[in-house]
Amino acid sequence: MTNTTHLIRDARILGGERADILLRGGRIEAIGPGLAADGAQVVDAAGAVALPGLVDLHTHLREPGREDAETVATGSRSAAMGGYTAVFAMANTDPVADTAGVVEQVWRLGREAGHCDVHPVGAVTRGLGGEHLAELGAMADSAAGVRVFSDDGMCVSDALLMRRALEYVKAFDGVVAQHAQEPRLTEGAQMNEGVVSDRLGLAGWPAVAEEAVIARDCLLAEHVGSRLHICHVSTKGSVQIIRWAKSRGCDVTAEVTPHHLLLTDDLAESYDPIYKVNPPLRTAEDVEALREGLADGTIDVVATDHAPHPSEAKETEWCHAAMGMLGLETALSVVQHTMVDTGLLDWAGVARRMSETPARIGRLTGQGRPLAVGEPANVTLYDTSAERVVDAAAMASKSMNSPFNGMTLPGRVAATFLRGVPTVLDGKIQ
Amino acid sequence: MRHLLSAGDLTLDEATLVLDTAKELAQVGGRSVKKLPTLRGRTVVNLFYEDSTRTRISFEAAAKRMSADVINFSAKGSSVSKGESLKDTALTLQAMGADGVVIRHSASGAAHRLAEWVDGAVVNAGDGTHEHPTQALLDAYTIRERMGRLDGLRVAVVGDIRHSRVARSNVLLLNTLGAEVTLVAPPTLLPVSVRTWPCSVSYDLDEVLPKSDVVMMLRVQAERMNAAFFPTAREYSRRYGLDGDRFARMPDHAIVMHPGPMIRGMEISAEVADSPRSTIVEQVANGVSVRMAVLYLLLSGSGSGTGN
Ligand SMILES: [Zn+2]
Repeated sequence: MTNTTHLIRDARILGGERADILLRGGRIEAIGPGLAADGAQVVDAAGAVALPGLVDLHTHLREPGREDAETVATGSRSAAMGGYTAVFAMANTDPVADTAGVVEQVWRLGREAGHCDVHPVGAVTRGLGGEHLAELGAMADSAAGVRVFSDDGMCVSDALLMRRALEYVKAFDGVVAQHAQEPRLTEGAQMNEGVVSDRLGLAGWPAVAEEAVIARDCLLAEHVGSRLHICHVSTKGSVQIIRWAKSRGCDVTAEVTPHHLLLTDDLAESYDPIYKVNPPLRTAEDVEALREGLADGTIDVVATDHAPHPSEAKETEWCHAAMGMLGLETALSVVQHTMVDTGLLDWAGVARRMSETPARIGRLTGQGRPLAVGEPANVTLYDTSAERVVDAAAMASKSMNSPFNGMTLPGRVAATFLRGVPTVLDGKIQ
Repeated sequence: MRHLLSAGDLTLDEATLVLDTAKELAQVGGRSVKKLPTLRGRTVVNLFYEDSTRTRISFEAAAKRMSADVINFSAKGSSVSKGESLKDTALTLQAMGADGVVIRHSASGAAHRLAEWVDGAVVNAGDGTHEHPTQALLDAYTIRERMGRLDGLRVAVVGDIRHSRVARSNVLLLNTLGAEVTLVAPPTLLPVSVRTWPCSVSYDLDEVLPKSDVVMMLRVQAERMNAAFFPTAREYSRRYGLDGDRFARMPDHAIVMHPGPMIRGMEISAEVADSPRSTIVEQVANGVSVRMAVLYLLLSGSGSGTGN
């Protein structure tokens, strides 16, 4: 596999200078104008933007346990189609990824699928129960080399347990990724609490339930000198708290999802649960604050929270429907639409937030590297001038619950290379 | 009017037409011949996922008085209780050629979802904590019968506003019809964004009562107490219950309403409920006339059998 040699013609490196890129032996061998093909397979980028392969810190691959929604194989194909070369697979599977055995299983399935690197996230607590620490060290020492720990879907709401987890993972340079949701304030919660939820008669998920946990955890992380990652920040207040915590020197990083950068809670007026997600879609004011926070670095990364569900989990009453949205195959387009086309970020900024920084947070050494000679040949070619109507039925994911279905979005992933091997060429899975 | 999902969907003209039509139908119903041939050949399905004998019987009587074929599809003992999804049930109703579906469901928005899956007219007979538009229509009808008008009337709605589909529909409809609504409740039982609603808000029942032409008491479920919405039933009753003393503070012409079923003693005392100024019994009778009007306006124009 690593003998594959490709010459990418006429790419715009991070959206800047036009150059050819020669990939050989899994590495970037040369970058420059007018490189000789010299037996390499030529891929005409035609001015597409070249980015380092994207890294998703927050993906639900559903295997083991919910293979009807997604598998490691279909989810990693979906990731490749979205321009990703590495994903972190969340632990809320069945069984939960809370032992070395389960994380190694997911890790192995990822290697067998081969469409992107799959890094399992380990559960913080046994069975996501929020009561006893899982064997974090065993997962860290396993073949999967787990560094990111999260009870995502559930909040580690017990302050003492959270403190201990933050402290404990320092021994192997791990990070706790918190799904910030105060459980008592969100019992039965269905959507953002506000004007729309009050009108629709749907139980509210107040912003304070997220913000209070983030504030507490930033202070805890600062106190014990640990690093902390906040999953899917969704409110203006959360952005302000994280900005404040960083200004105090707290070692906190944060992510925002593409859907929280674009969609708002008034979409719930259709009662179509395609818009039901946790944390919920918020208001236009929150969206604006999230975009600003991502632009100024308060929010470090874009992570998809790709959450596949079978159609029967969505074609139902709102309060009975599953929470979550597909994200991998539309993330880059949504980021272009909300951040680049609006002038908030350039492509180097996108590369930092969707590849370099997520790789650094997850302690990956072979991902999120610069596009430079000698670096691993993880490259995404993205045609910014394309336009497409999103078609969920045509996605590589096994599920179809995309809230962007039917929307016209800019851009298209033309090719993805994983250590020099094309996983996507001409927009098609290889 | 294609469906009746929210009281907010009705314009002033449409709402007035429903009330006027209900009045005409009530006069016909008052004669000895109780059946009208208006909806002969039309099929109305009562799809009830929640126990509500009163509302179901009201809709059933309304449809039958206009000669519609009525199918009662109650969740208990049917495929619904065996886990059939709302969508599959909708497809069944569609195959049966239901011209109208009356749905009562514990999930907010269930009527909206159903309307996407069937061609027939959907009437929301109460969906979760969202809306109950025919209750609001019958309340408006009852007020108009008693007071002669709605425009400019001062209506106090008292109780668990936050969880009340009756309150939501009434605020929207009464506002459309020109009444001035004041919601009265402890702050815990009001929605957080209530100040954006087209009505006034008060925490003080005693202050509102002397300035009210209509006082509508809502049911307060005992389980709210356990969720810390208020400390005890006794304290709730003391601050927000309508007893004889409070009743005496109302203007002489003012009326008392309750959508039922009521908890005598907690939200309303027996002497008030049974007073001649209480409309509780006629609300039930008016419910049939208003539901006849709604079904008539939704269904009489459609072709039979296949819906519209
Ligand atoms: Zn989460």
